[in-house]
Amino acid sequence: MSIASQGDKFAIDRRKFLTRSAGAASLLGLGHALPAWARGRHGGTLARKGSDVLSGEHLTMSVADASFATGGRHGAAVTVNGTLPGPLLRLREGQNLVVDLENNSSMGTSIHWHGLLVPFLMDGVPGITMTAVEPGERFRYEFPIRQAGTYWWHAHTLQEPMGHYGPIIIDPADGDPHKVDRDYVVMLSDWSPMDPHTLMKKLKVGEAPFNFQKTTATDDYALSGKDRRMWARMRMMPTDISDVSAPLYSYLLNGHGPEDGLEFLFNPGERVRLRFINGSAMTFFNVRIPGLAMTVIAADGQDVRPVEVDEFQIGNAETYDVIVEPTGSDAFAIVAEAMDRSGMGLAMLTNRAGARAAIPALREPPLLTMADMGMNHGSSAGAMDHGAMAGMDHGSSDAMAGPMGMGSMSMRDTSLLPPSVKVGPGIDMVAMNPVDRMGDPGIGLAEVDHRVLSYRQLVAAKMNPDMRRPTRLKEIHLTGNMERYMWSFDGRKFSAVTDDPIRFAFNERVRVKLVNDTMMAHPIHLHGHFFELVNDAPHGHQPLKHTVIVQPGGSAQFDLTANEPGDWAFHCHLMYHMHNGMFQIVTVRPLQGGQG
Amino acid sequence: MRPVAPFLCVLALIPGTAIAQDHQHGTHPQTESETAAPAQTSASPSAGADAMDHGMMDHSGMDHSGMGHGAMAPVAMDHSGMDHAAMAGDGPIPQGPPPPEAFEGPAFAADAFVGPEKMAASRASVVREVSGMPVFWFQADRAELRVRDGKDGYLWDVQGYYGGDLDKFWFKSEGEGSFGAKPEAAEVQGLWSYAIGPWWDLQAGMRQDLTGPERTYAVVGVQGLAPYLFEVDVAAFLSTKGDLTARIEAELDQRITQRLILQPRVELNLSAQDIPELGIGGGLDSLEAGLRLRYEIAREFAPYVGVEQEWKVGRGADYARADGEDPSVTNYVVGVRFWF
Repeated sequence: MSIASQGDKFAIDRRKFLTRSAGAASLLGLGHALPAWARGRHGGTLARKGSDVLSGEHLTMSVADASFATGGRHGAAVTVNGTLPGPLLRLREGQNLVVDLENNSSMGTSIHWHGLLVPFLMDGVPGITMTAVEPGERFRYEFPIRQAGTYWWHAHTLQEPMGHYGPIIIDPADGDPHKVDRDYVVMLSDWSPMDPHTLMKKLKVGEAPFNFQKTTATDDYALSGKDRRMWARMRMMPTDISDVSAPLYSYLLNGHGPEDGLEFLFNPGERVRLRFINGSAMTFFNVRIPGLAMTVIAADGQDVRPVEVDEFQIGNAETYDVIVEPTGSDAFAIVAEAMDRSGMGLAMLTNRAGARAAIPALREPPLLTMADMGMNHGSSAGAMDHGAMAGMDHGSSDAMAGPMGMGSMSMRDTSLLPPSVKVGPGIDMVAMNPVDRMGDPGIGLAEVDHRVLSYRQLVAAKMNPDMRRPTRLKEIHLTGNMERYMWSFDGRKFSAVTDDPIRFAFNERVRVKLVNDTMMAHPIHLHGHFFELVNDAPHGHQPLKHTVIVQPGGSAQFDLTANEPGDWAFHCHLMYHMHNGMFQIVTVRPLQGGQG
Repeated sequence: MRPVAPFLCVLALIPGTAIAQDHQHGTHPQTESETAAPAQTSASPSAGADAMDHGMMDHSGMDHSGMGHGAMAPVAMDHSGMDHAAMAGDGPIPQGPPPPEAFEGPAFAADAFVGPEKMAASRASVVREVSGMPVFWFQADRAELRVRDGKDGYLWDVQGYYGGDLDKFWFKSEGEGSFGAKPEAAEVQGLWSYAIGPWWDLQAGMRQDLTGPERTYAVVGVQGLAPYLFEVDVAAFLSTKGDLTARIEAELDQRITQRLILQPRVELNLSAQDIPELGIGGGLDSLEAGLRLRYEIAREFAPYVGVEQEWKVGRGADYARADGEDPSVTNYVVGVRFWF
């Protein structure tokens, strides 16, 4: 009896408790609407794939923990307004923009407006221009839209690789010169169910743990025994193309994996604009649409003289707008092959739902070349640049004339480095002869039998505003140690130079030379500015970019008019290179600009 | 023969693409909607001025809103003397320090607007996040059963560290024994490890033996990656009894496929003097040569089989015989290598 009555009592109490707590929850506006940050890390709902469109002058962007599934895999993700990628901001040049960022997630967040000219306090980089927006907090961004083109936004925290990114289209105030029938964003990204911190740790402690294309005793790479011994002697890998590969990564187009059946519709004969944005964390893509030529009309949001290609490589954070005119077939495959060719992202251009084009097989994985080692006599010699380097002393004659017996050469002759570079364990290689590689189509694309874009082909459509000759050359070395997974500028991680930024005077015209003393390609991004690639373009038409790939063992130069006062992030846009030290502050002073 | 893993990658993709093609028979394909129609309204003439008025970023002398519109062309014309040929022919652009005004103002531009304390805290956390965070690593390089003449045995050889890029606390432990008997040898080491080059760490610390006569050692060594990718660990040990010994280990991973890896391994134990109490002979005391074949089910987890030959040599062999042991022992091993 006592047991039964206790049970009854318990039941009643429990009912009461439930009733009361439900009441309390509704009073507080909680209940099932408990915010994600209060529920715990992976409590979010499944992300919807693809962006909704946001337009207007006052937008709300709400970050939440979520989960994501593609290709039979499932894992933690972050969404903004419930989708992955987050919303497409469709804006108009000249408008004002107010964005209320709400953090309903369990981690600190921010939004960086990648490629937008904004006051530095609106740039969205925690630790430099703002503090991270903590769970439950809000932040208001407010700035005018001063430009047109294709850009993107993303968190400047480790939420970015989990899905916190999205596209931006800004329509020109005076009408778009490109008349098209359809206008699509194709946002490329990479997603892994592995937590970014875990992934980063494995890169640090493992030995290229995500690369399953290494040389082996049974591979069929075109490498002689001598080549293999030479690479082993250097303690380097010719297959070190990407640090993170498929199958760990699923490659997404607008949030859709290859199995998700993403389609872009067209009618035969239409002009279709595709705005490619590489929003991935660690992946360069080779983009092609077999059977269709692509006319590149803009790079990093800025119009270029049209150039027709069959393929282009796009580094992290770069954007390319292309126009295609599909005709003669029901479907064309949009192929975004990872640079290391471990996997691909895929979508279909179709003129009727369900139509499918043949999907090309992954091509053979590429290998690094002598040029990638900083020795300028390898297979991509044809891509070498001389014109843009007239007057620059590269000591190239010495290095090129010397006997190229690898056995006798030091891959780490630190006497070649300028005094500005701190030599230490963080540098495992010094490029012997870092030639300008503006004409290089990118790793693995020198030998393909169709037209591939190179930076050399980019010519600004309009005259650049500042054509002063730079008064100062600033050389910055990209340095690293693959084995230790250390990355830096000039041999110094961000922790070593936090209070020693790269300094430019307001309105100073500087030529920045980036020298890559590593065997990886680095997409280097300067916040808050466009710079002009020094690429032999006709006078006044050097192409404007916000992100430049510096090819392995090579160099790249840009001319910068430092006319945006403030502190700006400057970093490699490979997520885990940035997080392991390849990050710096660029400051433009005085802060009051020309008024000071 | 193709490497296995890339082949699997290709295979993995093909079913995927096949599924995508099957969409036309199954679920509705997801159609990407076009981006919202471009707004064609002309910009207000004041748009540029608005941009310039924004907050402290007022530098109306530099009208960026004109960028890409040719609005700045007149400015460009002012500099038309700087034509391309002239630029190329002018010789190198000089390197040098930034102009003095580049050093004006506060150390950090956002401090005055956000608050110095808040920014300092935020900066500290970002510095930590983007400068290579300290990591913990544990590896069981060898954890194995050893089948041999006489009693079968076991062996462990583990190590790990916690630390940043240059400085780490490194620990190591090795031990072995036969089933049904007390462990023959067991030791732990605690070391400070400092990067002295791209591939090498200098390590110094203590070693404690856990079996046999009580021994504590001071340890100095180097560990790292030698040319041709040999993983090398060399250490000298000075005991509290004044005995000096040394150990040299080297391993090489020879990939047969992406996951099947053959690992030759050698170990030499040296001593500056006879240590009868420990059965160690002066000079080269013992030599081990092993060959292990592992299969990386995951990079982090790899079972293996192998064989290892141990020789006690010279005076060390004499001590072994006097103890009734065979100075030459062949072990057939099965074990697992793992890390996390």
